[in-house]
Order: sequence, then C-alpha cells, then structure tokens
Amino acid sequence: MSMLRAIFSHSSGRIGGTIVVIYVVVALLGMFGVTPYNPLQQFRIDRLHAPNAVYWMGTDLFGRDVASRLMNGIGQSFLVAFCSVALATLAGTVLGLTAAWFGKAWDGIVMRIMDVLLAFPAILLALLIIAVVGPGTWTSVAAIAIVYTPIFTRVVRGPALSIKAREFVDAARTFGSSRRYILTRHLLLNLVAPLTVQVTLALAWSLLTEAGLSFLGLGTQPPASSLGLMLADSRNLMENAPWLLIFPAVAIMISILGFNLLGDALRDILDPKTRRSAP
Amino acid sequence: MSYLARRLLTFPLVMLGVSILVFVAIRLVPGDAITAMLGTEAGLLTPAQRAALSAYFGIDKPILVQYWSWLLGVLQGDLGISVIHGKPALTIILERFPLTLQLALMSMCVALLVGLPAGVFAATRNEKISDLAVRIFAMIGQSTPNFVVGLLIIYALSAGFGILPTMGEFTPFLTDPLRNLGQMILPAITLGFAFAASVTRISRSAMLDVLSDDYVRTARSKGVPKRSVIWRHALPNALIPVVTLSGVEFGYLLGGAVLVEQIYALPGLGRLVLEAILQRDYALVQGCVLFIAFNFMVVNLLVDLAYVTLDPRIRLGESN
Repeated sequence: MSMLRAIFSHSSGRIGGTIVVIYVVVALLGMFGVTPYNPLQQFRIDRLHAPNAVYWMGTDLFGRDVASRLMNGIGQSFLVAFCSVALATLAGTVLGLTAAWFGKAWDGIVMRIMDVLLAFPAILLALLIIAVVGPGTWTSVAAIAIVYTPIFTRVVRGPALSIKAREFVDAARTFGSSRRYILTRHLLLNLVAPLTVQVTLALAWSLLTEAGLSFLGLGTQPPASSLGLMLADSRNLMENAPWLLIFPAVAIMISILGFNLLGDALRDILDPKTRRSAP
Repeated sequence: MSYLARRLLTFPLVMLGVSILVFVAIRLVPGDAITAMLGTEAGLLTPAQRAALSAYFGIDKPILVQYWSWLLGVLQGDLGISVIHGKPALTIILERFPLTLQLALMSMCVALLVGLPAGVFAATRNEKISDLAVRIFAMIGQSTPNFVVGLLIIYALSAGFGILPTMGEFTPFLTDPLRNLGQMILPAITLGFAFAASVTRISRSAMLDVLSDDYVRTARSKGVPKRSVIWRHALPNALIPVVTLSGVEFGYLLGGAVLVEQIYALPGLGRLVLEAILQRDYALVQGCVLFIAFNFMVVNLLVDLAYVTLDPRIRLGESN
C-alpha cells in the first residue's frame, strides 16, 4: 500500500500509473471479447466508415469495427508483452542469482552466453529467432523473452554479488539456513527494487518490439489484431481513412509512455540517489 | 586485469560465440540446405542425387566439421551464396551497407543537433515551464516507435501538402549529393526522433549534475559569463554520458534500421535481412546477422575505448 501511495504522490507515477491501469483494463476487456462488436465481424456495407456514434473509431477496409479491433489488439500486444517480460524476468533472475551465488565456471558460462546474446541489436536477434521458428504470437513471446533475458541477468547478478558478500548472508549461513532459503529470502527479496524498475521499463520495450515485429508481418498473424498489424494495414489507406492510422498510433504511443513514466517514477522512489538529476 | 584489457580479450571469444549461435540457429531451421534451395522440388530428388548434393554442400559431414569449414570460410570473407540473388552474400551486404551506414550517421546528426541544445536548455531552466515542456516532449519522443513517426510524417506530408516522399530509390551520395540528401532526410529524421529524445534526457540530466559541481560555482562566482560557464566549462564534462549513449545507439541504428528502411522502401541492410527471412534465404540471413552483430560489437568496443579516453578519472577495472 505504501508503494502505491508513493507512486501516486509522484507526478510521473500518477500519470503513468493511471495510464497503465486504464490500459490493463482495456486489454483485459479486449482479450475476453468485451468489445462493442466482434473484432472479426465484417459489416460489409459500412466499409471504411469514418468515426461516428455507431463506430466510435470508424471501420476498416473489411467493415470491421476499429474500436473493437483496437481493444482486441491492445489485449494481444499486452499479452505478448507481459508473457515475454515474465519469462525474461524468471530466466534472468534464476540465471543471475545462480551465477552470483555459485560463481566460478557457472558464472563464466552464464555471463559469456549473455554477452553473446547482447552482441546483437534487439530487433535483429528477435528476427533471427523468428527466421528459425517461423512467425506467430508465441514465437514473438519467445523471441522477446530471449532478447531481454540478458538484461535481467545483469540487473540481478550485480546487486546479488554485493548482497552475497554482506554480513547478514554470512550470518544466515552460520545459522545453517539452506541455500534455497538464503537465495529466495535474503538475495531475491533485496533485489525486488531494481527488478521492479526493470520490469516496468522492459514492458515498454517489449510493447515496442512486439509492435515492430507485427508491423513487419512477423508477429501476430491476421485475422487476429495487434497494434503493429493495424498500423501496417493502415499504410495504403491512410490518405482516405486516416483513423486507421491515428487511433493505433496514439494507442501505442500512450501505452509505452505510461510504462516509461511509471518506470521513471519507480526508479525515483526506489533509488533516491537518482532523484536530483532524474532525466 | 583492467576492464579494457579484459574487454579486448573477450571480444574474439564473444565473436566466436556469436558465430556459433548464428550457425546453430540456421541449422535448427526445419529441412536442410537442399530443401532451402529447391523447396518442394527437393522431394523429387533420387537418393543418389540427394547424396551428391549433400556432399557438395558439405552437410554429410559431422556438425563440428561443418562449423569449422564454415568458420574458415567466414574468416576469408566467404559468407555463402544467396539463393535469391545468386551472388555471394558478402557482395550483396557490401552493396547495401553504405545506405544503412549513411542513414545511421544522419540520424545521429539529427539526434545530436536537436537533443543536445534541448537538453542544455532544459537543464539551465531547471523546474521552470520551459524545462517541463522539453521533458514532456522528450518523454513522448522516447515513447514513440520509429515506424509510427515515419507513418505520421508520410501522412502529414500527403494530407497537408499533397506530396509523398520519394520511396524505393537510392542515389549514392557521391553520384548526386543533393538528390541523395533529399531521399535520406525523412528516414533520418524518423530514425533519429526517439534517439534525439534520449539525447535530450541524458544531456539534461548530465548537465544538471555538472552545473551543481564546485568548479562551476567557482567559475560563476569569479564572474565568468553564464553562456561561457554553460558551453565551455560545464558542457564538455556533461558530454561523457552523451558520447556513450550515442555510441551504443549508433550500434542499434545500424541494426535497427529495418523498420524505417521498410517504411521508406530503402534498399538497405535492414531491409535485406527482412527480405532474406521472408524468402527463406538462410545463407543471406546468416551473413547479414553476422555482419551486423560484428559491426555492433566493434562500435560498442570503440565506445568503451572512447569512454576511457574522454575521462581519465574513470578506472573501469576498479569500478567493475
């Protein structure tokens, strides 16, 4: 509760938090089909209809309701973003923690593999994975998760190494606490702060990457909708039907903005050193 | 061992790891090189023909032998033959690379020309309305994917002025500089947009740090004009994080131009990777990915070297 209060008393946190909450609600509604119309239903006589009282955001080339598709698309994009970041967080935390704890050869192997993964620009590594496995929603999840795992591994390993050397960990060992207990209770609990910041920022990046992959035709496949796919579809029609471009473009910008603002606020709250000169 | 020495020593090791990853990844694709080249017609081959082709491609040998001969080829500049182009992959990559390099350089110029003054301006007006405005713009800029910026620019030009940017054409700079710049400026702005926002944020933050340092206060108390304090005393020290960011971002721009090249239909390296993936030209995918990763790593290494050169106080070996 105190964390929520801290977020909502921070100006960026208040705006970012509100945006994220609204988006999560819209994403859930879109995912479970609580939309004005069925996102796949084609109203053929109302093709390329401008926004009006019936179709709030107009219709597309096939007469499908843009608002419903947008809600569904937000749901799809958020599903990919949340799943990929959850996987990356889990993998990165396990690898980072064990690398810091066991050290030596295991640390060397893990960190060199992470160095190799970091040697690729993010979108290129995602493209390579998709080239191997083939495009699709779950391929995007796996690709984005693999791309961001090294970042989480580094975020966890550094602080875990310094916590491992602290007296209270030695004390826990002396008292005979098990390795699992020390790793989860002492190390992991102390890593919650940097991990929370990283998760929020990674959600913004993964939304961006998912949209990019879908835009290129390598993420979510039609007829399902995603924000990137809707933007790709708008390319040839933007002059006659600008609503097909404007609504998904604004939706994607605001969602990333929300996570970025929330991430900045969390960094300020959890790391007071950065507060003075926060960008 | 100092950080830099370690960094130089691990470079070839990481590069080796990258080559293994790319090699293994492409071999994980269902089917083999014969299927990749012939498609469904591969099913019509007799066992003898298949065995002959396997021997020709070297895929009848153990995987380690295959990797070794592939690596030797790569070290001699042989990245394989592109199936769709019928030419060596390296030749095609080198044909496309100048465009992507120019795009990355121009985007960096756009970002620094906009981001640096904006960041300094905001830092000198800390917590005032103008600072807040710059921060909001920077935040929005950083949250806007480059392909969204590209689409909005194209829409604004076509809806507002009835013109469409030139697409699908590329005139080398040396052939016709003006035409080249005309073709590249919009893609450069598109790609440099979010980067400019990052430069703004980081330069504002670094300037705020430096402006509160004792030597700046001393300079001010000695009566040095404000403009001189900002540009001559404070800015050079605030540039270190900006240089680091620019270097790292430049590496990303080299590899991440795929979306912008796709929007403006520019025949660059990013678009080449995409074409190769969509047409399942695995030799070309492999070559492009290896080439871009190598450039990315070299740029990152140079950034680290610049980092130490720029600030002799930095003792990376101790801080890491």
